[in-house]
Amino acid sequence: MNLTLHVWRQKNAQDKGAMVMYQAKDVQPDMSFLEMLDVVNQELIAQGAEPIAFDHDCREGICGSCNLMINGRAHGTKGHGGATCQLYLRTFTDGQEIYVEPWRARAFPVIKDLIVDRRALDRIVQAGGFVSVNTGGAPDGNAVPVPKVNAEMAMDAAACIGCGACVAACKNASAMLFTAAKVSQLALLPQGVPERAARVRKMVEQMDEEGFGNCTNYYECEAACPKQISVLHIARMNREFLRSSTVGNER
Amino acid sequence: MQLNSNIPPGPLAAKWDDHKFAMKLVNPANKRKYRVIVVGTGLAGGAAAASLAELGYNDESFCFQDSPRRAHSIAAQGGINAAKNYQNDGDSVHRLFYDTIKGGDFRAREANVYRLAQVSVNIIDQCVAQGVPFAREYGGQLANRSFGGAQVSRTFYCRGQTGQQLMLGAYQSLCRQVSAGRVTMHARTEMLDLVVIDGRARGIVVRDLVTGKIESYAADAVVLASGGYGPVFYLSTNAMGCNVTATYRAHKRGALFANPCFTQIHPTCIPVVGDHQSKLTLMSESLRNDGRIWVPKQPGDKRPPNQVPEGERDYYLERKYPSYGNLAPRDISSRAAKEACDEGRGVGPGGRGVYLDFADAIGRIGVKGIRERYENLFDMYAHITNEDPYQAPMRIYPAVHYCMGGLWVDYNLMSNLPGLFVLGEANFSDHGANRLGASALMQGLADGYFIIPYTMGNFLASNKQTPVDTDHAEFKRVEAEVHERVNKLLSIKGKQTAMSFHRRLGKIMWDNVGMARSEQSLQKALAEIPALRDEFWHNVNVTGGGQELNQALEEAGRVSDFLEFAELLTHDALDRDESCGAHFRVEHQDAEGEAQRDDEKYMFVSAWEHKGVGQKPERHAENLEYETVHPSTRSYK
Repeated sequence: MNLTLHVWRQKNAQDKGAMVMYQAKDVQPDMSFLEMLDVVNQELIAQGAEPIAFDHDCREGICGSCNLMINGRAHGTKGHGGATCQLYLRTFTDGQEIYVEPWRARAFPVIKDLIVDRRALDRIVQAGGFVSVNTGGAPDGNAVPVPKVNAEMAMDAAACIGCGACVAACKNASAMLFTAAKVSQLALLPQGVPERAARVRKMVEQMDEEGFGNCTNYYECEAACPKQISVLHIARMNREFLRSSTVGNER
Repeated sequence: MQLNSNIPPGPLAAKWDDHKFAMKLVNPANKRKYRVIVVGTGLAGGAAAASLAELGYNDESFCFQDSPRRAHSIAAQGGINAAKNYQNDGDSVHRLFYDTIKGGDFRAREANVYRLAQVSVNIIDQCVAQGVPFAREYGGQLANRSFGGAQVSRTFYCRGQTGQQLMLGAYQSLCRQVSAGRVTMHARTEMLDLVVIDGRARGIVVRDLVTGKIESYAADAVVLASGGYGPVFYLSTNAMGCNVTATYRAHKRGALFANPCFTQIHPTCIPVVGDHQSKLTLMSESLRNDGRIWVPKQPGDKRPPNQVPEGERDYYLERKYPSYGNLAPRDISSRAAKEACDEGRGVGPGGRGVYLDFADAIGRIGVKGIRERYENLFDMYAHITNEDPYQAPMRIYPAVHYCMGGLWVDYNLMSNLPGLFVLGEANFSDHGANRLGASALMQGLADGYFIIPYTMGNFLASNKQTPVDTDHAEFKRVEAEVHERVNKLLSIKGKQTAMSFHRRLGKIMWDNVGMARSEQSLQKALAEIPALRDEFWHNVNVTGGGQELNQALEEAGRVSDFLEFAELLTHDALDRDESCGAHFRVEHQDAEGEAQRDDEKYMFVSAWEHKGVGQKPERHAENLEYETVHPSTRSYK
């Protein structure tokens, strides 16, 4: 099959950037979208042109590196339920035109072409997305029982791969789903309880400081999330935040 | 060269405790005077950086990914072993130790493996305390599942994403130390060389992947936790960025490389579909609990699977290994699949595949039962292949998955270069010639959380270091060499891309140094690799410049190291004239095609010394002594 690509090219953070058209010729329906970009890049290098820069690593939907906005949708076709690397060309039609852009958000400045700086997400975790426990001296793993249903809900939230699709899909560029997933996971487990109030306050504060927008309940984040993380976690984060204003720092 | 493994004296079970007491300590107030470099942020590197910083050391932590959370440990699916004996089914530290030693085909150190089994129980406790959401039973207790190579249920898991969850636990601990100011995180920064001063590892030279700037960092010790070298075969289950550069550059600076030929080929991966393929996807080993593996009896039988009558199918694992059947260990299952395909009985496009059939299991427990056990895996398969595995059998084929070999380290996880420590998949220490399932996560975290914090203190306390900084002449010399190599890559302006060389190297390695190796095939590879390397240095085309983000340059640098390392791996495979674990030399098999170990001649660790590019490396041997376990022939029949 043949595809026409319009790809965002931007030399560096200072460059203005523009869409550039490329032809992907004789590509196979069984190729992944990123393998198709590999083919285009190999041709560009052969012509002495610079290949399209994009982030990718595991190519099986778990590392969270890949992050393409394809035809206006984070990670591509609606409802394919995976990361960009899990998108296959069989979901497109021969001759289709495809627009490929980087994540767009103030907190995710473009570094080059389709690569953006997502360190803001790391800084939100650094603000409090952890349990303050040093290595060594932990009690036996079975010392504190955790109800199965809580463990499962915590796992639903913990499945977040930190790709940032929720931010890219949100018209407010909000990082609420990302932040809520971590707040929710740790609030649901007894090990996270001692710091739950301080944690949610610090993480929300950092999220605001990074320039992410607020949530206005469009649920685009949930629709774009490759791990189907539910907006119910945002509701839980809001409750945790409200609760934190009624208790002291330590509880 | 005399290799001293520094295994402590005394009975096996007391060695680690005695050693912990014998090791010197650094006073808490003095710890903050030391600086430690940690390269890699996966389970081993992330855990090490966090744990060392908690003790008070200053860390500089490096990863080439855009965030430390993306290290390839994140992709591990199945689980992590620990000798908790929560199931009351007879597990113990000694049993985990024994299973691991046997699984490794008696090519690992007893003392290291015993310590691994001992600290395995602490890992689970630590991860639970961090908020890792392990699977639970209804009563709130931790759940376990079974895994290959063991008769007890000792594997802890978080659905099919155990690696991700353990990884995020370590990442969050690392984040906490970043916020406390004790770890400086350098993401998108790639180590390109090691700096050795007066025989000791004193720093690294890196390239900032965003600005292209080449910079040096000095420290009192360097920890490499940079993972394995699977992509030397090009196609593997590893991430695209996994590479040998950090460990190989350290090797060129004097660190010995141990057992590079021990590479694990995982039997259950989705087969290759075409030349464009960039990576292979693993389907968890757990599927072999219910799936039956078969190929048609007749070569060239192209009928769809449902039209091949029962009597014309060969369930070859059940036929050859009646007692383990479809759950035979990874190395044995992989070789059997290759044999069937070599006989022309492979299925699917290209004939490199075998069926993994769930029809019987569906008949027994229904589609619903299968869905409960394996839904995410079936979905993954359907997603990639566009076929419905509930209707037709899956097609699978072996793929490169894990590297048991790595830089040589002693009991303290220190290489032969004082001050250079190596952790996780990057070292060679615990898995011998074959790794059991759910043991990689255990080893990475054992090294990072529970071993390096002790042995690092001992090293720093017992070695007076002269202070060095990056103005030292040796740093300048190594920086100049790194610049020169980068500039050379950019200046060739040939006709071929780095990826095309990588593909060709992968084909040489897979065809000649893959699942079945012979003297002839290895000699062939030894002739072809240097020729390909030569062509690379004359004809590679790297676009763009050095002073910017340049992925073509990053790739070319990694491929250039694979082109040298491949030769080392092949030398090791040729030198080890026996079959053991994942290393199968066709010359050494019995009448039924089973691997034949040669304990008399090869009961040692091969540790290779670099002698120059294109020169034959020198092999040193560390003899393995078995005091507790008596090596036997592995039988799974």
